[in-house]
Amino acid sequence: MKQRIGIIGVGVTGFHTVSPALSFKEMTYSAAVKAYLEAGLQPGEIDSFVTASEDFLEGYSIFDEYVPDQLGAVMRPVHTVTAEFLQALGIGCMMIQTGHFRTIAVEAHSKASNVKTLDEVRAFAFDPVYMRPLKESAEFLAGLEMKRFLESSGNSERQCAAVVVKNRKNALNNDLAAYGALLTIDDVLQSPPVSVPLKHLDIAQRADGAIVVVIASENEAKALSKNPIWIDGIAWCSGQGNPWCRDFEEAEYAKRAAEKAYAMAKIAHPRKELDFVEICDEYSYKELQHLESMGFARKGEAGDLTESGATAIDGELPVNPSGGSLGVGHTFEASGGMKLCEAVFQLRHQAGKRQIKNAKRALVQSWRGVPTATGTVAILSNE
Amino acid sequence: MKIDQVPMKGLTSEEYERAIKIKWQPKLQYAWDNGIAIGKYLAGLKEGKILASQCIKCGRIMLPVRSFCELCWRPTDGEVEVKDTGVINTFAICHVNWDASRLRPDEPRHIPAVIEIDGASKGQGIMHVIGNVDPKKVKIGMRVRAVWKPAQERTGTITDIIFFEPY
Repeated sequence: MKQRIGIIGVGVTGFHTVSPALSFKEMTYSAAVKAYLEAGLQPGEIDSFVTASEDFLEGYSIFDEYVPDQLGAVMRPVHTVTAEFLQALGIGCMMIQTGHFRTIAVEAHSKASNVKTLDEVRAFAFDPVYMRPLKESAEFLAGLEMKRFLESSGNSERQCAAVVVKNRKNALNNDLAAYGALLTIDDVLQSPPVSVPLKHLDIAQRADGAIVVVIASENEAKALSKNPIWIDGIAWCSGQGNPWCRDFEEAEYAKRAAEKAYAMAKIAHPRKELDFVEICDEYSYKELQHLESMGFARKGEAGDLTESGATAIDGELPVNPSGGSLGVGHTFEASGGMKLCEAVFQLRHQAGKRQIKNAKRALVQSWRGVPTATGTVAILSNE
Repeated sequence: MKIDQVPMKGLTSEEYERAIKIKWQPKLQYAWDNGIAIGKYLAGLKEGKILASQCIKCGRIMLPVRSFCELCWRPTDGEVEVKDTGVINTFAICHVNWDASRLRPDEPRHIPAVIEIDGASKGQGIMHVIGNVDPKKVKIGMRVRAVWKPAQERTGTITDIIFFEPY
């Protein structure tokens, strides 16, 4: 990268199955207050604002008109991208790289509990000619991908269940998480079938919450913050738009985005050089598929890695110490934001009971969910 | 026909009818959390009151209720009841419904308006409709008052005020 970008403030609400006490504006305001306080900036001192949201999830068209107030961004340059949080973060980084902006606030939130026809909204993302007339649930595509991925890689349903057990256990040590639980492999395997091999407990359940992050140019970050967390690389990629033409055996979007981010951060051996990863586990198998696609395990070995405990919080490469989307809750366009905040807490050594010792460098990855093949990878470090 | 040979002309009605079309009607349902501010405002309307928030830093009395002052970037300092009277800031005379279908000639015209409520700061208007008036007589600056639904019919929505009428 031309220059490193520093994360100088993060604000995150807790994640909850429902959140009737606050409107989306109030929830976002409370996250923004925390982020700006950490950054030591008033909103008037922040050069620009980028938010990530999807109109159909908000229930407003042209939702970007509803974002300035709660960010303190009235009469300021604001824009909204129809994308996931980490993509918005990448856009914020590019804006700083232009030299025209010193500081940017990036926001995303989920009020998924307010969408009463969530499955309809998700099915609405399917191609109207080639998929919707089949009238299948939004989860069917995950089932198709899981089947092909497991068959070709040799990973098993039991190993996917081990991901669920691990992540939901990790979430018990995370005050922000909504779905912490002590489960057994059999609990997962015997949970109600959804789109088999996909079962109910393989699926991250929705949560509400908001995230605001303030980033700054390298010089500005050093001047403003005692403990900036650096973005050494960030990249995203969109794969084949037609799911029936996709290679379900690997997540090519994650592979390519990771390759680019590794090159930016000068990482040659990700498993050796990174101390932990926070990656997309919206479905249990996605954690295994993403691990293999981003070079943390050879094909078919991510399941073994999980079963051996190597990806546990005290393992060689902790994966989703936050509890991931399975343990914290799936927050749609905000999901990478939750994972980024966890990485920042870990790298600042502020993660409390779940702190990974001597954590210096981490990868954060998001996927935009069914039916997309879009994902972002960021590399963070504390030195 | 190849994509680069398509004549860029419209279809005839007959051609359009013959074309295979794909239709989809989404079911989109939402129930938004009101939270603190909207919740208080709507509860006020149910009681027949228009509530505003005050910010002691900028001194504004803001409508509708908000839990933070977006300009001072701080929590607001409680609510005050403002009057249910005010002045028309601007209005339009609508000959169409909200779905753009035309009103019949015998139906009354709709008169949506921004009303500057007495007791709120300048620029803190609310959006409502003007009623009980000949549209030709409505003017910017005209004084209006709220016409409320009877208490037992109010549900905590902005239509608990039926319309504002000149007085």
